[in-house]
Amino acid sequence: MRSTKVMLTIAAVFTVMTLSSARPPQNGTIGGRVTFDGTPAKPRAIDMSMEPSCAKQYARPVTAENVVTGPDNALENVVVYISAGAPDEPPPAEPAVLTQKGCRYAPHILAFQINQDFEIVNEDQTSHNIHPLPSSNREWNKSQPPGAPPIEDKYARAEFIPVKCNIHPWMKGTLAVMKNSHYSITSGDGEFKLPNLLPGNYTVTAWHESYGDQSQEITITGSESKTVNFVFKAKPY
Amino acid sequence: MKRRMRTRKIFSFALTAVLILGAAGTPSAQESHIGRWTGRADAGKQLYFRYCWGCHGFHGDGNGENAQYLNILPRNFVAATFKCRSTPTGTLPTDQDLSNSIDRGLVNSNMPSWSALTDQQRADLVAFIKIFSPRWKTEKSGDPIQVPAEPALTLDSIQHGKELFTKLECWKCHGTEGRGDGPAAASLTDNSNQSIRPYDFESGSRFKCGTTNNDLYKIFMTGLDGTPMPSFADQLKPNEAWDLAHYLRTLQVNHNSPELRLWEGTKEGAEIVKASRVAGTPTGSGVH
Repeated sequence: MRSTKVMLTIAAVFTVMTLSSARPPQNGTIGGRVTFDGTPAKPRAIDMSMEPSCAKQYARPVTAENVVTGPDNALENVVVYISAGAPDEPPPAEPAVLTQKGCRYAPHILAFQINQDFEIVNEDQTSHNIHPLPSSNREWNKSQPPGAPPIEDKYARAEFIPVKCNIHPWMKGTLAVMKNSHYSITSGDGEFKLPNLLPGNYTVTAWHESYGDQSQEITITGSESKTVNFVFKAKPY
Repeated sequence: MKRRMRTRKIFSFALTAVLILGAAGTPSAQESHIGRWTGRADAGKQLYFRYCWGCHGFHGDGNGENAQYLNILPRNFVAATFKCRSTPTGTLPTDQDLSNSIDRGLVNSNMPSWSALTDQQRADLVAFIKIFSPRWKTEKSGDPIQVPAEPALTLDSIQHGKELFTKLECWKCHGTEGRGDGPAAASLTDNSNQSIRPYDFESGSRFKCGTTNNDLYKIFMTGLDGTPMPSFADQLKPNEAWDLAHYLRTLQVNHNSPELRLWEGTKEGAEIVKASRVAGTPTGSGVH
């Protein structure tokens, strides 16, 4: 009697282990579009005249990138990411790269994972100082003259870190430090896609540097694709 | 009898718990070590709430009742970003660095010199203010940067420093004559989003983080964290950094120094210094 019980228990444990080791399909997808409602403020023009080597790179006047919109009310530069429900992931090996070109940051928002190396490159003929302003990571401020090697670092905690150049006050960007690889930054069409999701309950958060953030709860079963849209209220000033 | 035993057991358990929790929660666990002094946070606490909290605030966040009247805000000890350090940019200062800042005060801000306190009192204060930020629990102080012995002062050194001043674009903020009136000066803000002026060498005032050439070397090799002044540690070799330090001294045209005397002995230097003195006004505002 007793040995039957033991056998049954072992069999049950074995079955559970086998089932859990067969990984469920990891191809659920959350996609959608980020738009704005209302009228955004007119983009502020940037006066680069104090830095002729940068100013001459632009045929048309440059505008600030804190709010960039596209056709059909598309909102660009929104970081859409899984803020809860997905496990933290180790960082990828390749570094993320932020380039200073024409006295602007390319990309305007650089997203990478916790402890992932990132590099900051100066392609301009002028000195920049790179001054990220984190609240929970370490703050530093380094000078980078033309031709200087890339500045390298990594961050240990997830947050959105404004980065600026004090010498060129119009230079403003964001370093988005993510907990996992499930993030996407909207481009001109406002669209995003978060693939490779296991079945589960997720919190999807959309973050915009001027309009704040909002979240939605989504459940993924099997390998389905779900659509989530975000609408931000545009600020007229 | 059994009941009495049990009561005693419970009582002794509770007492132990209170003692353990009490010890963990008391700031006296925090110490600072500066030279031969060991600072104790509980002693520092008394001093803090006598001398410091009016500006730095009850919670050490720089929001004391006087803060609203100050245009360079009191240091926020919760953020734990400090200007004057011997450690690389982005790292915590040493206990000695913090004690030095309390001792000398910060020129051009409202932080006075607390040299009237004893070394022991400053060490106690350092131990206490470190309680305000969780950073001190998770990070260690940075390793102080190596400052090699100052090489002999030569004209070549000054000339090379002058070239570096141009090449590294120090003038963008500090101005070509070092008056703090470069093209980027007007737009500079610190981390509290308050306007901040670059150092005006012509004014001849003390540097923010000390008076010696050694201090000057450390200022631009560590950067003043929390301000627009970056670290140049990745851009300058030690001998170049000394050249720059020698040249920067010549920009202090109203401060007698061996560098200034040597520079004024040359035709080029004499002309530059003379022109710089004539154009100067007591406030250093732009007369050109």
